[in-house]
Amino acid sequence: MISVTNISKSFGEGAKRIQVLDNFSADFERGKITSIIGGSGSGKSTVLRHLIGAYKPDSGKIIIDGEDITKMNNEQMNEVRKKFGILFQSGALFNSMTVEDNVALPLREHTELPMSTIKIMVTMKLEMVGLRGCEHLKPAQLSGGMLKRIALARAISLDPKIVFYDEPSAGLDPISIGVIDKLMIDLSRKMGITSIVVTHELPSAMRISDKIIMLFKGKIIAEGNPEEIRNSQDSRVLQFINGSPDGPIPFSKSQKDYGEELKEMSLY
Amino acid sequence: MFGSIGRKGFELKDSAETFLKEVSGIWFLTRETLYCSFIEPLKGKPNKWGPVWVQMEEVGVKSTVIVFLVAFLIGVILAFQTAYQLEQLGALEFVGALVGVAVTRELGPLMTALVMAGRVGASFTAEMGTMKVSDEILALETMALNPVKFLITPRFLAILIMLPCLTVMADLMGILGGFFIGVTTLGIDPTPYIDNSLDRMQLKDFVSGIIKSIVFAGIIVMVGSYLAFVIEGGAEKVGQNTRSSVVVSMILIIIADLFFTAIFFFFT
Repeated sequence: MISVTNISKSFGEGAKRIQVLDNFSADFERGKITSIIGGSGSGKSTVLRHLIGAYKPDSGKIIIDGEDITKMNNEQMNEVRKKFGILFQSGALFNSMTVEDNVALPLREHTELPMSTIKIMVTMKLEMVGLRGCEHLKPAQLSGGMLKRIALARAISLDPKIVFYDEPSAGLDPISIGVIDKLMIDLSRKMGITSIVVTHELPSAMRISDKIIMLFKGKIIAEGNPEEIRNSQDSRVLQFINGSPDGPIPFSKSQKDYGEELKEMSLY
Repeated sequence: MFGSIGRKGFELKDSAETFLKEVSGIWFLTRETLYCSFIEPLKGKPNKWGPVWVQMEEVGVKSTVIVFLVAFLIGVILAFQTAYQLEQLGALEFVGALVGVAVTRELGPLMTALVMAGRVGASFTAEMGTMKVSDEILALETMALNPVKFLITPRFLAILIMLPCLTVMADLMGILGGFFIGVTTLGIDPTPYIDNSLDRMQLKDFVSGIIKSIVFAGIIVMVGSYLAFVIEGGAEKVGQNTRSSVVVSMILIIIADLFFTAIFFFFT
C-alpha cells in the first residue's frame, strides 16, 4: 500500500544542520496497523509529515498506491490526499464550526451529495465513534477524549483507504485510550483500512499493532510484530520498554560536553 | 573600525534580504488569492457565498457603529477647525465646501481604512494565526482543501465589497457632522451651506475616495492574512504578528494614500 525507500531529511544549514531522518525505509501493508514508536525527537512525526506530503524528503522515494508522491505537484498531491484521513495529535478540529460542520466539511467540499444525505452520513460516522447526539456542540465544549473521537469521525468521513494517526493516545486517560484503540482496531479489521500510527504509548502500540517500527535518532533500530519487539535484546529497545531514564538513550539532551561548557563560562 | 562598518553592512544586507522575502511572500499570497477569488470561479469552481456573507457581516455590518462615530466626529472637528481660520477671512460659509471635499477625497476613506485595519486586520491575523498554530491550516491542506481559497477568499471578497460601502457611509456621516455644527453652533445658514458644498464637491472627488478604499481593503486583508500564515510556534508569535499586522497595514495604507493622492493630483 505504502512503501518508503531510503528517505533522508535534514533541517537547518551549516553548523546547525540536524539530520532528522537517515535512510528510513519501511513498508506499510494494506489493511494492517503499523505503529512507529520512539522517544520525543526520534523523527517519528517527521516520517508522518513526509507520508502526508507536508514535507518533501531530501532524497528517497515514497510510493502510495503505486504513485511516487515526492515527485508530485500540489494538484496531483490533492488527489492522493483524498484517499487518506489524518487524526492530528491536537485533533485540529475547526474551532469556529460545530461538530456536525466539522465532520461534514470534507463531504461538502469534495462530493456533490445533497445536504440530507450528508446529514445521514455524518450521523453514521458519529455513531461509529459512539458520539451521536453531539452534532450541535463546538469543539471547545468537548473533553480531550471526545475531541479525538470527533477528529477520527472527520478523518474517516470520506471513507479513506488509509488513516494516519499522530499520537492518538497522547494526553488521554486509560479508558479513553482503550476507546481509541478499539476504534482503530475496528476500522482496520472491519473496513480494511490501512493504519499508520505514530505514538510513544508503548502498551497501546503493543495491543493494536500488526507491526511495530522503532526509531531512534532518525534510524530504525527494531522492526517486527509486538512479540518480537517484546523479546528484543537490543538495549535501546529494552530501555524504551522499561522506561529507564538513563541508558543507551542518554538522559542529557545537551550536545556539548558539560565540563567544556562550564570552563568556557568561567572565562567571562 | 572597518570591521564594524563591514558588520553593519552585513546586518543591512540581512535585513534588506528579510524585507524582500516578506514582500515577495505577500506578493505570492496576493497572486494566489486573486487567482482563487476571480480566475478559478471562471474555470468552473464557483466561490461559495455562504462564508462570504458571514464575513461581510463580521467585517462590515458590525463595524458600522464605530465607523459612523469616527466619521461624524471627524466632520464636527473639521468644521470647528476650518471655521476658526475661515472666519478671519470672512468666508465662514465655505466651511461646508471644505468639509465636504476633505471628507470625500481624503478623510472618509483614510479614517475608515485605519479603523478597519485595527478592528478587522487584527482579528484576521489573530483568528487565522491561532488556526495555524493549532494545526487547523495543515488539516485543511491534508483534506485537499486550499487554505487560501477556504480562508482568505471569503475575507478578501467581503472586505472588498464592504470597505467601499462603509466609506460611502463615512463620507455621508462626515458631511452630516460638519453640517450639524455649521448650522447649530457656527451660525451658518443651511441653504448657503448646502449650496456651497454642492458647488465645490465633484463626482471625481467621491470616485477617487472609493478607488482608494478598494486599495486599502486589499492591503488590510493581504497583510493580515500573510502575517497569520507565516506564524510558526505558539501564542506569543500570534500576539506579535497581530500587532505587526495593524502597524504594517496602517503604514502601508498611509503610503498608498500618498501615492494615489499624488496620482489624482497630477492626472485629473
